[in-house]
Amino acid sequence: MSRLALNLGLALLVALLFAGSLMAGKFWVPFSAWFSHDPRWWIIAELRLPRAILGLAIGAALGLSGAVLQGFLRNPLADPAVVGVSSSAALGAVASIVLLGSSAPLVLFGCAMMAACGSMLLLATLAWRAESAVAFILAGSVLASLGGALTSFLISISPNPYATAEILDWIMGALTDRSYAEVQLAVPFIAIGCAVLFATGRALDALTLGEAAARSLGLRLERTQLLVVLGTGLAVGASVAVTGVVGFVGLIVPHLLRPLTGARPSALLLPSALGGAALLLAADSLVRLSPGASEIRLGVAMALLGTPFFFVLLLKLRRSTWN
Amino acid sequence: MELSASDLSVSLGKRRVLHGINAVLRPGKVTAILGPNGSGKSTLVRTLAGLLTPDAGRVTLGGTPLARLDPRERARRMGYLPQEATVHWDVGVADLVALGRLPHRAPFAGLSTEDHAAIDSAIEATGVRSLAGRLVTQLSGGERARVLLARVLAGEPQWLLADEPLASLDPVHQLDLLDRLRALAAGGMGVVIVLHDLVQAARAADDVLLLREGRPVAVGPAATTLAHQPLREAFGVEVMVIGDDQGRLLPVPIGRVKPA
Repeated sequence: MSRLALNLGLALLVALLFAGSLMAGKFWVPFSAWFSHDPRWWIIAELRLPRAILGLAIGAALGLSGAVLQGFLRNPLADPAVVGVSSSAALGAVASIVLLGSSAPLVLFGCAMMAACGSMLLLATLAWRAESAVAFILAGSVLASLGGALTSFLISISPNPYATAEILDWIMGALTDRSYAEVQLAVPFIAIGCAVLFATGRALDALTLGEAAARSLGLRLERTQLLVVLGTGLAVGASVAVTGVVGFVGLIVPHLLRPLTGARPSALLLPSALGGAALLLAADSLVRLSPGASEIRLGVAMALLGTPFFFVLLLKLRRSTWN
Repeated sequence: MELSASDLSVSLGKRRVLHGINAVLRPGKVTAILGPNGSGKSTLVRTLAGLLTPDAGRVTLGGTPLARLDPRERARRMGYLPQEATVHWDVGVADLVALGRLPHRAPFAGLSTEDHAAIDSAIEATGVRSLAGRLVTQLSGGERARVLLARVLAGEPQWLLADEPLASLDPVHQLDLLDRLRALAAGGMGVVIVLHDLVQAARAADDVLLLREGRPVAVGPAATTLAHQPLREAFGVEVMVIGDDQGRLLPVPIGRVKPA
């Protein structure tokens, strides 16, 4: 399959799932109602459209950052969670609820973004001029567990059960009841972050040959690392800041697409962004259809889907090293 | 253009690896860097390629310090073939060779006709045309070595610096690769190779730089440097010099130098 055909196909899939996401839910709104004076139009315009826009943007951010991190670290198991950006953003949001007593979109978003970007700067400093990807992964894992520990601590000192419930609700990750306020906050950061991440394509290709050969091709490794860290911080930080933690998209999507695009890292970037958007839109539409009064949380659904996938991946990797 | 090292001292971490190297490498010639394990050969070749920053002294290309060149500009002139034949993703051979064009390509631009021509002649020069449709994991060790050489040549560098290119190749592929490197030098390219085998060095090299513990033991034409005394000093081995059917003198190690 040619790259163009693949990208067009994925874009079409995203468009279909976007439309599907507007229709699907406890309350179906058929296509015929969209362009009439049907009162159900309000459901689409005010409730489902912002949610679908966020799903699209966040899915793209997670898929793209996963592909970039896997390429940069030359490790098929890397994803945004590995470098600690997700848990840092979550920590920022939880701190906003517990310490500032505020879950207003702007405050919560600001805290989460600051924590995400702060931790990415810390990561860049820790891994600065390190000659191998191992230092980067180690520093990221340290930040991830630090973020997790501090989040638990904040939950343990949360002032009342109300706040605790709010935190848990938020951490699980969902697109429920998101409005244009969140869209306006998150989408610009996600767009800038994705643009930065797309700019790393050539460098990721060069890194296929290892760090020394990549530098002999004129690559400035420090610059690439800065772009990766900055792009991930902005795109994933903004995503987590409005949805909570939604894992596995960044891990699964590049994997599913690699057999179709070939293994060259830059060829995987655009398809991964599209594939991530498609996966998140599909998953978010499905969780809305779950029976009962409430929805299955998106983050929970992705983890349920992602874990078996992760096992299969590990088994495949082990088999290929045995052969 | 001449590649020169003047008073070159290089450290890896806190350890000083090279001490005061002076050498002038000639374009159009094959220069072999030889020395015992840990004598600083790889460090020297990386420094000559502009990938390591010396503590003191400098590397100049035709009078211009390498350190003053922009990394992309340097990359267009200095081709570096690392020792480990690592390819982290299972990419196609054609894609891999095309990576050599990265320093020549404008941001976000596709491959130009010049790029395609350079890739094509690199594929031709290394004889890997029949492999172009394969993935890297589907290559044998010898094929992979040729493909990685094609990657460097696609960049049309003025200098080719190869770190132990013969490691893990069988004798036929070793001879084949040395012949290709000699042909490149005959075409005007400066070729620097790190070697272990004295006989191969005597066959392939015009000039030799002998290292011991980060210091040059001998620098000069192969005929004078690959002789009893310098080899005794660099490696601590006695050699028997034999002549081959083309009249070349080949030093064959026969034993360790006995302590006096």
